[in-house]
Amino acid sequence: MIGRAALFVTCLADTLYPSVGIATVTVLERLGVSVSFPREQTCCGQMHFNSGYVDEARQLGQRFVDVFAGEPVVVTPSASCAAHVRHQYAELLGDDARGVPESVVELSQFVSGLGAVAIGARFRGTVTYHPTCHSLRVLRVGDSPLRLLREVEGLGLVELPDADECCGFGGTFAVKNAAVSSAMLADKLDAIESTGADVVCACDSSCLMHIGGGLRRRGSRVRAVHLAEILAGAS
Amino acid sequence: MVRACAPFIWRKFLPVPPSRAAARDAAPVVFPQAARAGLANAQLRANLNAATTTIREKRAQVVAEVGDWEELRDAAAAIKDSALHRLDTVLLELEATVTKARGIVHWARDAAEANRIVVDLVRATGADEVVKVKSLATDEIRLNEALEAGGIRPIETDLAELIVQLAGERASHLLVPAIHKNRTEIRDLLRVALDRPDLTDEPTELTAAARLHLRAAFLRARVAISGANFAVAETGTICVVESEGNGRMCTTLPETLITVMGIEKVVPEWRDLGVFLQLLPRSATGERMNPYTSLWAGVRAGDGPSAFHLVLLDNGRTRALADDVGRPALRCIRCSACVNVCPVYRRVGGHAYHTVYAGPIGAILQPQLSGESGQAGSLPFASSLCGACADVCPVKIDIPRILVRERARAVAAERQGLEGATLRRLGRILSDRRRYERAQRLTRVLQRPALRDGHLRWFPGPLGGWGESRDLPGVPAQTFREWWEARERGA
Amino acid sequence: MSAARDELLARIRAALADVEPVAVTRAYREVGTLDRASVVERFVERIEDYGATVIRSSDPAVAVAALLSGRVVIVHELPASLRPSGVELIEDDGLTALQLDEIDAALTTCAAACAETGSIALDGGPGQGRRALTLVPDLHVCIVRVADIVETVPELIDRLAPSAREGRPIVIVSGPSATSDIELARVEGVHGPRRLVVVLHDCPTVMSIPQT
Repeated sequence: MIGRAALFVTCLADTLYPSVGIATVTVLERLGVSVSFPREQTCCGQMHFNSGYVDEARQLGQRFVDVFAGEPVVVTPSASCAAHVRHQYAELLGDDARGVPESVVELSQFVSGLGAVAIGARFRGTVTYHPTCHSLRVLRVGDSPLRLLREVEGLGLVELPDADECCGFGGTFAVKNAAVSSAMLADKLDAIESTGADVVCACDSSCLMHIGGGLRRRGSRVRAVHLAEILAGAS
Repeated sequence: MVRACAPFIWRKFLPVPPSRAAARDAAPVVFPQAARAGLANAQLRANLNAATTTIREKRAQVVAEVGDWEELRDAAAAIKDSALHRLDTVLLELEATVTKARGIVHWARDAAEANRIVVDLVRATGADEVVKVKSLATDEIRLNEALEAGGIRPIETDLAELIVQLAGERASHLLVPAIHKNRTEIRDLLRVALDRPDLTDEPTELTAAARLHLRAAFLRARVAISGANFAVAETGTICVVESEGNGRMCTTLPETLITVMGIEKVVPEWRDLGVFLQLLPRSATGERMNPYTSLWAGVRAGDGPSAFHLVLLDNGRTRALADDVGRPALRCIRCSACVNVCPVYRRVGGHAYHTVYAGPIGAILQPQLSGESGQAGSLPFASSLCGACADVCPVKIDIPRILVRERARAVAAERQGLEGATLRRLGRILSDRRRYERAQRLTRVLQRPALRDGHLRWFPGPLGGWGESRDLPGVPAQTFREWWEARERGA
Repeated sequence: MSAARDELLARIRAALADVEPVAVTRAYREVGTLDRASVVERFVERIEDYGATVIRSSDPAVAVAALLSGRVVIVHELPASLRPSGVELIEDDGLTALQLDEIDAALTTCAAACAETGSIALDGGPGQGRRALTLVPDLHVCIVRVADIVETVPELIDRLAPSAREGRPIVIVSGPSATSDIELARVEGVHGPRRLVVVLHDCPTVMSIPQT
């Protein structure tokens, strides 16, 4: 049993989706994990790296390492940030990564790794799960999130057609190639709405910002909700 | 223009403005604009969607049949790397084996040199037309234009290449060049081009019309030009993989055969074909094996051409070879599996890429081979980095990784743009916790006039793209860290 | 021209200054595991799947006679036991492409066949002739000896290695010519033979062709 973990909430959840961070804390504490929040944390540098700004990405990566060095476990509710730290830092920082990448774990993998499947969550409604690209193809979380969702009391899980298709977010791609991104989003939203679910769920606030923003723009009744928020639900 | 004090979260998603240098160069077509044209063409999108869906399903089926698919991919990547890492030796071995088999080997540093060699070789035969097997290398060097300029008529013999040639268009897919056209469009084209007003839109009938049209060309051809899928250094064997029999016609019937091949196509050993002939057909067309694979070395008395020329083409390949991150792109066997799964390609089509090699592999190969930023500077950004391409690549090219590398190059070449300034500034904000927290608070204040029901619907200037299809929540009354601190204080 | 060669090689060497040699691990399946009967069955199933017709016969000459009509091109070495009656057999003596175009069918043997992919391979060996014979006529009838069918692609390539080293041209054929260039709809019969018939037989004595 892991007694304590540091939370890397991500700049996006911190700034725009605090409920995702709060839910993550709730889930971890319910599992008996003592959570710390190193206040100096800001951003892992993923967006800079993926956009070609290597110097900035290296600087932010170094900063991340300085903030989290010495933490045995760092949990984050973002598959793409976890993927970035775990898969890019070694090349970006070399020995300066100081073992930090290996300590960073995405939330659903962390919870599954504890052997905790039924964590006493309750959720009223139908949910469809969108496996984000980086969770699926870089981090390879597999069916960890789905197994967790299946154990949530009251939750009806429905399959998303063409689930492994990219939603079209892609960081700066969403604005640099806004038309293509919007076309990909439209197809994803159609698939989500075709399931009749009340909620679309994922492990990345960034993709959910894109999907949720699209659903809202459409006036859809479907809500975009982070996995942590569902797992934290106790009512 | 977004001023420095504007809400930082907006800047996080700033697009690249067309660079000033690019704007000077007579406004070249950049990918985002070209993509809009593809997206707006409903017929194109329907054709593409139908075709790529079919081919993806077929591929998935025949790949699932192969229990050792991953081991084959590993071996294929290693074989290609082993050849690339001693490319000089392997090419010299190929030169020796081909020469021993009475073939003649030519070396071409760039497109112009390759074209000159080929045109001179054709001229020396006295022929004024050539039959051609579909070849991306000759598309890349624009050989057809060079032949025409030299008074030689090139006849494309692959059905799709013929369709594209007759339509005066460019290929839009590595393997299925006319994927953007449906049967009705092809019928209308062939009715006019082949003077066959009787044609219906049945693929069988359209194919028969092309067969008839090309038969005469094959039987009279004196010179043929092909590419190569593989060349085996050990045996001097050239390998052409095809379906229609046009490849066999071209490599068998004429007196003279000229093969133009990128230097990265060489594999060291004969047995290596046992790996690639499993991976290529299944990845490319979703077949267990393509109908015809032709293998020959030099010339053979009494069977096939009496003269064989092999043109070894660099044209930027050694530039890619020098890049430790980009080098694996040279493993590419042009199967186009990455193209068929790419969510961007499938929506915009190949023409938006403005390059011979469309899709994800093109987005890395084009900048690598040309060494150019400029117009091509937009190609590495034509991807959401979803990674579907890397998953299907039979030679395990980490396409997203190379895309990101090419992005870094494009950024380094054109740093002074608006995006550069913004992302650098954002980087500075994020590098300092106090600055970051101040920016959060400042945004909360500045966003107020634009908020509707807690959300933003419209975004200034280059950020406008986000608002095309998406709302965005504003910074809430309490950020996570503010919540955490409040809780700590309460505890 | 030699300047281009020298420069190209120099560029390659400069580009490779930092690299290490790569070892190739071949963990893939090189040799099949099926028993003979299953290998044959798979071969039949897969080559039929790609549009070829398969006939099993202990007397290939008779089976072939029923399939053929008109003028049929063969090679001089084709054993009498494989020659059908009732058709005009023309031994290839260097027919031109135009002459071949006037012929209805080609009757050949093959060098090897592969079950996994439903392929036959011709290497110009005895009974097969040059490549144009099985290319220009509209029908190709190929007699395949059961013993020549291997299971996997690496086994097929291995079987063909001696021919490749001798510099013989090789064609691997999997079904009749086909295209999928129009809406990915498969159309059989483009420039190569529009029909491929495989005659399977398991009488080793019938084909006592001397190896050259």
